[in-house]
Amino acid sequence: MSPLDDRVKPLRQDGPMSGPAAAAAPKIEGKKVNVFYGAKQALFDVNIPIKTNNVTALIGPSGCGKSTFLRCINRMNDVIPSCRVDGAITLDGQNIYDRSVDVVQLRARIGMVFQKPNPFPKTIYENVAYGPRIHGLARNKAEMDEIVTNSLQRAGLWKEVQDRLDQSGTGLSGGQQQRLCIARAIAVSPEVILMDEPCSALDPIATATIEELIDELKQNFTIVIVTHSMQQAARVSQWTAFFHLGKMLEYGDTPQIFTKPKEERTQAYITGRFG
Amino acid sequence: MPAEHMVKRFDEELQKLDASISEMGGLAESQLSMALAALRERDSVTAEKVMKADHRVDEFDRTVQAQVIRMLALRQPMADDLRLIVTSIKIASALERVADYAKNVAKRSLQLHTLTTPSTALSGVDRLGRLVQALLKDVLDSLATKDADRARAVWTRDADIDDVYHGLVRELLTYMMEDARTISACTQLMFMAKNIERIGDHATNIAELLLFRWTGEEVVEERPRGTS
Repeated sequence: MSPLDDRVKPLRQDGPMSGPAAAAAPKIEGKKVNVFYGAKQALFDVNIPIKTNNVTALIGPSGCGKSTFLRCINRMNDVIPSCRVDGAITLDGQNIYDRSVDVVQLRARIGMVFQKPNPFPKTIYENVAYGPRIHGLARNKAEMDEIVTNSLQRAGLWKEVQDRLDQSGTGLSGGQQQRLCIARAIAVSPEVILMDEPCSALDPIATATIEELIDELKQNFTIVIVTHSMQQAARVSQWTAFFHLGKMLEYGDTPQIFTKPKEERTQAYITGRFG
Repeated sequence: MPAEHMVKRFDEELQKLDASISEMGGLAESQLSMALAALRERDSVTAEKVMKADHRVDEFDRTVQAQVIRMLALRQPMADDLRLIVTSIKIASALERVADYAKNVAKRSLQLHTLTTPSTALSGVDRLGRLVQALLKDVLDSLATKDADRARAVWTRDADIDDVYHGLVRELLTYMMEDARTISACTQLMFMAKNIERIGDHATNIAELLLFRWTGEEVVEERPRGTS
């Protein structure tokens, strides 16, 4: 147990989801989630489990609400003034929209990686150290070095940057930058990683590297990924949810969704029959 | 009515695949029909025709495989498209075997011309042949009309064919025991009967593949079998 674990701890240690039951229960659960941007409703009664240490893919056409839902999970939608969220999203059984929840702490437990790699204009080292520093996760330089090394290793970037940690993060290639962002996200030891089209801006080789990384990361993290690529969803995820016009039409294990979907509209979307 | 694919070329390719299978099925049907006619009428010209035409079926098998591989690589098919494309390879294989067995029947029928053949034995094989012909026609019709009920009916009828086949085998054995001069002919007829029974099996396999193609569910029940 490292000192990190004390400081980035659950909102409540003895929440309803501790003990053996926790293993079977989903890490995150959306319960009758309705989202409004002003008067316009973007999500309608979304109920969805996100299983622990699994990759769940959210697919659907543009504007279907999948990214909106993703941003609800770490309350990024809070920064949008007109956005209102009804319903509940639970993390380990506790509703993250509860008034008592510290949103900053929440976002340390639930990290996010975006479509366009967005490393800070700082050194590679500082990119990774920033989060742990503001959360006070390292008592001294040695501990911080360990966190940075560890995160870069787990993100599969260490070998490529170990000799140039003092160089700017923005000097890396697209694929490397994205892995740096992943390292940055995991440096604060989150439990969940949200990914919004993490490979859209990357070439096939960088994409494959990230997909392999996702496969490894899921052993220790719960991952939710929004993707436009059906093939990517099929490759990386164990569970897939299909969104359409703000509703979640189907949820199931990935092989079933892509070989015999239950809903006609799911089949139409994944086979390219959009008419 | 399921909508068409956004990319029309994909639909065209699927239609081409359907057409290949359909033509191959028609060819297999006519090979069987001609082989049975050659047997019935002791017609060596027709028998030779069947033997010569077999390579055309093999060509179709290769064409279908090439079409399927191309579509798997280029279209990344999912769900029902994927099942349709993958079952096409197996259906083509089954049809290739059907045509092969028909060719064997035609080849063996030539042997009978010089042998003492009990006419009831010959008509027994012919009767089995007609039953299997009907089965094959029905499964290919169900493919063309996408009729799952019809495919399922084919699947259950194979048991009846098994019964007729086993009855025929017993019949041929009695002929051989009664009159040793018929042994050569009856042995040939026995092999032909076996070939025809295998055609029936393949028709049933095609029915199972079609049910999987349309429902996504494997047919796991034990196929109804005749009593031996």
